[in-house]
Amino acid sequence: MKAVYTWGAILAIVIASTAGDILMSYAMKQIGDLGELREQRGILHVAGRVLGNGAFLCGLCFMACAFFSLLFALSWADVSLVGPASASLTFISNAIAARIFLHEHVDRRRWTAALLVAGGVALLAV
Amino acid sequence: MTFRNYSILAGVVFFGACGDVLLSRGMKSVGEISFSNFHQLFTALLTPWVAAGVCLLILFFVSYLTALSWADLTYVLPATAIGYVFMALLARFFLHETVSPTRWLGIGLITAGVGFVAGGPALTPPREQRTTEAVPREVER
Repeated sequence: MKAVYTWGAILAIVIASTAGDILMSYAMKQIGDLGELREQRGILHVAGRVLGNGAFLCGLCFMACAFFSLLFALSWADVSLVGPASASLTFISNAIAARIFLHEHVDRRRWTAALLVAGGVALLAV
Repeated sequence: MTFRNYSILAGVVFFGACGDVLLSRGMKSVGEISFSNFHQLFTALLTPWVAAGVCLLILFFVSYLTALSWADLTYVLPATAIGYVFMALLARFFLHETVSPTRWLGIGLITAGVGFVAGGPALTPPREQRTTEAVPREVER
């Protein structure tokens, strides 16, 4: 039962974090460079722009789901299993989702990096 | 990439790894939570270790959003993956978890992956721009 709870929570983390990451990245590209925006218009303007963005708020909800799934998983297993296992799967799902939904140019260098990191993170879970 | 950009990526690595380790330390003291006592997840937020972890994860989130505002998601994620190495080291020395030779091999692979992506551009042009840039080359041929 412990393994079912742990891996069920890890799967929930992967799905929720991928959705959250894609929506967050989309929102931030819409808003622009936060550092430059803060220098030009001030921190309150930046906060207003971020908090008023629909994609950001939607992404935040998915991130919250991922966070509570993480807490749930951590209550059953070590951080050195939950962190790497969920992250390695998230690297692959994010590369695929970023290519499909954000139209990012995922070239050979980025695929290699994502696969190396995912493989390395998976080994951390062994 | 400027010094400010590298500092923000370093912030993502540091705050993320430390936040996760503090959460883990806190959840170990709370104990195992099942679906029948699901509400304990919310009371766990009030324990000092978990609360400290949440504070660091808020800082991680701010750094992460800033990085995403000037870099691709497929750049930020592998470039900040060195945080998992940092997390494994913290788990070994702070939480006294075992780090086996296989895990050290994993750490090596992550480091290689980070080095691979960090050498490339942080932001790629959007698809439309890539298409219009490709057209003249086709004409030249």
